[in-house]
Amino acid sequence: MTDRRIEDRRELEMLQARLARALETLRPRIIVCEGTGCLAKGAADVRRAFIKELEKRGPGIDLDLALEDPDEVERRREMGVAAVTPSGCQGLCQRGPLVTVEPEGYLYVGVRPDDVPDIVQAVVEGTGPVVRLLSDRDLSQARAADIDFFRPQERRVLAWCGRIRPGDIREYLARGGYSALAKALTEMTPDEVIEEVTAAGLRGRGGAGFPTGKKWRVTRDAEGDKKYVIVNGDEGDPGAFMDRCLLEGDPHRVLEGLIIAAYAVGADEGYAYVRAEYPRAVRLLRRAMAEAERYGLLGEDILGSGFSFRARLKEGAGAFVCGEETALIASIEGRRGMPRPRPPFPAVRGLWGRPTCINNVETLGNVPGLILYGAAAYREVGTDGSPGTKIFALAGQVERTGLIEVPMGSTLRDVIFGAGGGIRGGKEFKAVQIGGPSGGCLTSRHLDLPLDYESLKEAGAMIGSGGLVVLDEDSCMVEVARFFMSFVQSESCGKCVPCREGTRRMLELLTKMTEGTATKADLELLEELAGSVRESALCGLGKSAPNPVLTTLRYFRDEYLAHVTEHRCPAAACLELVSFEIDPEKCIGCGLCAKACPSGAVRQVDRADGTPDGRRRAEGAGDAGPAKKSPAAKGKTRKKRLPYAIDDELCLRCDACRAACPKGAVRRVPRKTVRDRSGAAATTAAGD
Amino acid sequence: MAVDIKMTPPSAGEDKAWMTIDGRQVPVEGERNILEVARKAGIDIPNFCYHSELSVYGACRLCLVEVEGRGVVASCSTAPEAGMVVHTNTQRIRRLRRLTLELILADHDRECTTCVKSGACRLQELANRFGLDRVRFGERDGREPVDTSSPSLVRDPNKCILCGDCVRMCSEVQGIGAIEFAYRGSETAVVPAFDKGLGDVDCVNCGQCVQVCPTGALTVRSETERVWEAIHDPDTTVVVQMAPAVRVALGEAFGLDPGTQAAGKVVAALKSLGVDRVFDTTFAADLTAWEETHEFLRRRKEGGPLPLFTSCCPAWVRYCEQYHADLLKNLSTCRSPQQMMGSVLKRYWAPRQGLEPDRVFVVSLMPCTAKKFEAARPEFVREGCPDVDCVITTGEAAAMIREAGIDLESIPEEPFDNPLGMGSGAAVIFGTTGGVAEAVVRTVAGIVHGQDAPRVDFTPVRGHRGLKEATVDLSGGDGKGESGDRVRVAVVHGLARAGELVRAVKEGRVDYDLVEVMACPGGCVGGGGQPVGPGETRAARSRGLYRIDRRSQLHRPQDNPHIARLYREWLGEVGSHMAHEALHTRYHPHRRIEGVRATASTPAAAGAAAAGAEGDAFAAAKVPGEPLEVSVCVGTGCYLRGSHHVLRVFNRLLDERGLRDRVNLSATFCLEKCDRGVSVKVGDRLITGVGPDTAAEVFEREVSGRAAGPVETPGRRQG
Repeated sequence: MTDRRIEDRRELEMLQARLARALETLRPRIIVCEGTGCLAKGAADVRRAFIKELEKRGPGIDLDLALEDPDEVERRREMGVAAVTPSGCQGLCQRGPLVTVEPEGYLYVGVRPDDVPDIVQAVVEGTGPVVRLLSDRDLSQARAADIDFFRPQERRVLAWCGRIRPGDIREYLARGGYSALAKALTEMTPDEVIEEVTAAGLRGRGGAGFPTGKKWRVTRDAEGDKKYVIVNGDEGDPGAFMDRCLLEGDPHRVLEGLIIAAYAVGADEGYAYVRAEYPRAVRLLRRAMAEAERYGLLGEDILGSGFSFRARLKEGAGAFVCGEETALIASIEGRRGMPRPRPPFPAVRGLWGRPTCINNVETLGNVPGLILYGAAAYREVGTDGSPGTKIFALAGQVERTGLIEVPMGSTLRDVIFGAGGGIRGGKEFKAVQIGGPSGGCLTSRHLDLPLDYESLKEAGAMIGSGGLVVLDEDSCMVEVARFFMSFVQSESCGKCVPCREGTRRMLELLTKMTEGTATKADLELLEELAGSVRESALCGLGKSAPNPVLTTLRYFRDEYLAHVTEHRCPAAACLELVSFEIDPEKCIGCGLCAKACPSGAVRQVDRADGTPDGRRRAEGAGDAGPAKKSPAAKGKTRKKRLPYAIDDELCLRCDACRAACPKGAVRRVPRKTVRDRSGAAATTAAGD
Repeated sequence: MAVDIKMTPPSAGEDKAWMTIDGRQVPVEGERNILEVARKAGIDIPNFCYHSELSVYGACRLCLVEVEGRGVVASCSTAPEAGMVVHTNTQRIRRLRRLTLELILADHDRECTTCVKSGACRLQELANRFGLDRVRFGERDGREPVDTSSPSLVRDPNKCILCGDCVRMCSEVQGIGAIEFAYRGSETAVVPAFDKGLGDVDCVNCGQCVQVCPTGALTVRSETERVWEAIHDPDTTVVVQMAPAVRVALGEAFGLDPGTQAAGKVVAALKSLGVDRVFDTTFAADLTAWEETHEFLRRRKEGGPLPLFTSCCPAWVRYCEQYHADLLKNLSTCRSPQQMMGSVLKRYWAPRQGLEPDRVFVVSLMPCTAKKFEAARPEFVREGCPDVDCVITTGEAAAMIREAGIDLESIPEEPFDNPLGMGSGAAVIFGTTGGVAEAVVRTVAGIVHGQDAPRVDFTPVRGHRGLKEATVDLSGGDGKGESGDRVRVAVVHGLARAGELVRAVKEGRVDYDLVEVMACPGGCVGGGGQPVGPGETRAARSRGLYRIDRRSQLHRPQDNPHIARLYREWLGEVGSHMAHEALHTRYHPHRRIEGVRATASTPAAAGAAAAGAEGDAFAAAKVPGEPLEVSVCVGTGCYLRGSHHVLRVFNRLLDERGLRDRVNLSATFCLEKCDRGVSVKVGDRLITGVGPDTAAEVFEREVSGRAAGPVETPGRRQG
């Protein structure tokens, strides 16, 4: 058994080599993505189906990597039976469950248990990929690397995410894991580690982009014999899942980064702070920590270097604000997660009053590669000011959503139209919300803007942690701002007045706008409020809380004006400000919309002028006799059932008819009647 | 501003650091933030959440200033630096402050006219100062109920601006944390544990939160109406006793300087209101000092328990009952001066005046909110008649005097009524920290040295430092006495510091004979019922008390002739049955939070929970008749003695004896026998002193037999 403490670097290297050989037995290997997205789509059933199917064909499923005997390794390899392994996120979340087959690297999408026999057959008999399960059903794009989604990517931090069994230290070791730690501990002084990180220009991936080397330097130089390092896994932006995927897919990489950070700053204790809503990430990281400790890579006298480091995992109770450093520290200390004024910065006075270095999950995920291959290699990708790669969680109205890693400085166009495959349904690109609620929105004029810290800051946005929510022409920017504001206001810790009360009042004003009751004075007040909150809030989250308002105002002022002056939503998205219309050409008269309507506003047309007869019937008004129809209409009605139409005054704007229509005949248009202040309906002449 | 600032600009060769505030050079002299430097320069930077005695919170954002090169910063949390150029009043700052105030006002119950804090409200003052004439935002979302569960305090969440001053006061200075922030975003609120009422949690009623609350969110529970009713009832004799600390503070409400002796004016004002008699609590303080000194000497002679802790402060007593049950035996059994006075009035004075005790309405005029709680304690109610009927604070008395239109400044002074209107100087200083200890030391000196005893000015325990320690040589100060004649005295004020001292005593790190504890900073002069003022005000009040003491002809309690008369006519001698009955009491452990009972995580309970509602219903249906209720206390005291082990043993035995269906085992918080080991309640029986080693035996004796009923067959089961 290799399940024992590794005493020094030589032993580590021997073990790595032995495990790498053992890994060879795992070919061919069927890797089932068990990232959260794929799991939700039934990946666990798919993996069970694979195991069942393979069992029919012989032994050797899911081989144990703990094989020490070279002969046994050889024997297993000759048996040539496929292995099944679960993995972390493979990236193309939208198309899950995903299955990768190695060594070829075929990527199958949308795999169901029924598909398993075909895949197994192809794997065992070596007949090439199962074309119908490829992402584009195209043989030339059988390998993941050939798919448009992956082509613009540069997977460095995510190198093994989705390709290995997460949390299994043996597999991480087999891929050369913990070599960077060994190198740092045996070849480098802590100062040299910091210098290397500084030279590489690594910047914090959590949002602000603070130079990591500088942070480490300040912590190292801070007075105090007891210091802490913390990995911040309190990812909370709506639409962001980079840290979760990294922790679920390759936890040892993050842990290795944390240990190196501890060595560099002189900490002997550390915490991993992961939100409790990430149970899988928590479980895998906890297991990784326990395994690392068993192997002597964590704990006393690591690799015989004399350096000792203990780490604990602390689950966050799900407060967005705990991603803020000082609030996170309060949370670990058992207090309510509320930020405190800085300075003093945590690097000087942090956890339990000791110097503390807090790094984001992805930042630490960058560290092992950086140390192992050096600063120069690290700088090969990215820009001068923002070297390396950045992981983005691509979400919203793009053809392909998922987890991507691209070089810093890639353009939005590369991301949205390259990896993302453009806007879903052939709609127009409108904007992208970057960096979550603290970030800002960018528009089509920024499509060729390089994604790096400086360029985004200039454009009034920020990379943030890396959430990208793509919006199409049907999105109302006022509603988008309202959505993010509602998130921020309910997640505000409630400590300082500008954030607690300001976000609440901004939400109030935005809600008024989307409901069509706001005035121009409200817009002015919103602007004043947004500017003031940015200037006066206590912490970074509060200061950036108005960003969604400020950036949408900057680029989409016209939309705001339409909402407050004409009470009109140009994107026809704000339900209070739209009317529903049925396109008589598309309508097949099936009546599903009328069935779905809770207020009886949808009625079949029985009159030539195309108005619904609902009101007339409801009022029991006299029989107008059969409607007169034009000869042309008469000709049509014989073949086709009469179309339906919607009475705007009865309509509750619940959107049920639109959801029910099989032909997409129901559409939203800017509202025909608006409620005045007293709530009574009035017809407006305002056309579109 | 008419502030004369004598500050010279920096000159060459001077190594003092200077900074510029609004164009003026101001020296930096160790201030911890810009706000304090500005204050020195005569600029009052507005804020709600900055208190020099509390930690820096930085939440109200009103104290923003502009620092050249750094932009907008909060002056409360930015350290001053040499060469810093600060502007406190720029257009930008004005705009930010006004909007912040407007935001606070929007979420505030603005019914100012009916608010007791009107006129003294910091929010009202600042809104006024900044000329806010409109609020452009919406209102609060509905009204929260006002919390009136506490006997001392009223909490109105609708007026809370969430500055957190009360929260920090309660946890940092008082070490309790009875209130904390809860919920998030705009739902954030300051609430007691489990969102219960203040009266149902571990609040000790000290009222320090009221002292720091800038608005009317935390106020004293007013009892002035009851006093007015009694005054206007012709069949009732209204008697007021006035505590020492009131006389040096009440005048502040009428423009007198803090520390000004106003006893005569207050007596006159009370008489003018229609009060029949006004007595002085100092009389009872002399009595307390006399009794407590004898208790102390007896304990020293009998070998303990020592140290003797004073028990005049009801907040401190409550704190001990809730947190340090094992310390209760060290608390003096003497009633507080208020309660001694109540006892004397109802049992001694009233009969001698030919009055029925229940026709005498005793009003205490106290600097203290906890006295309201103390007066209502069952220990001090005899046959349904409380010794003290009603307690009003300094602030309430001021309100009554103001309502009656009395000009305190010009009213001629009147003396207290006798015989209970006289006290020694030692009794007067009961009102400040260190006073009780000094009074006891004076009494001891008087006992030891008789009539020749010198005047004792026990200065080491005076002042407002945190912990004061001193050693008294009972042999007369000539240093020849034996070591046994030395008394080690410690004095603390503020419960957080008291808690530290108690821990040190328990751990044997310190050794004292006598410890005086007052819950409020500065002692009673800083009581929760006093007019609101900064720390300097408290010190001035203390100085006022020592001034009165210096002028007093009665130096020691035993100098008070009426005390001797009281013993002669009523009590007999010290330690008599009557003295014990009327002047002493006992305190008991008390749970911190009312009505919290956790179901024990027994395997059965866990299993039922896992099985879901269906499983629960089935389990309930299986139980024949009423199951036996068994609860094990897991409060702090019992927990430390191994109550979890007891629970485990009980759980195991439930399975082994097959009693799972017959017994409802639960964990409960505090059965109020904290000083007697793990407590277990079986049915109605309370068993104390259960240990991990005796758990099995107790189970067999108390639970097994009672739970075992007729053995039911599966056929008899329902469901």
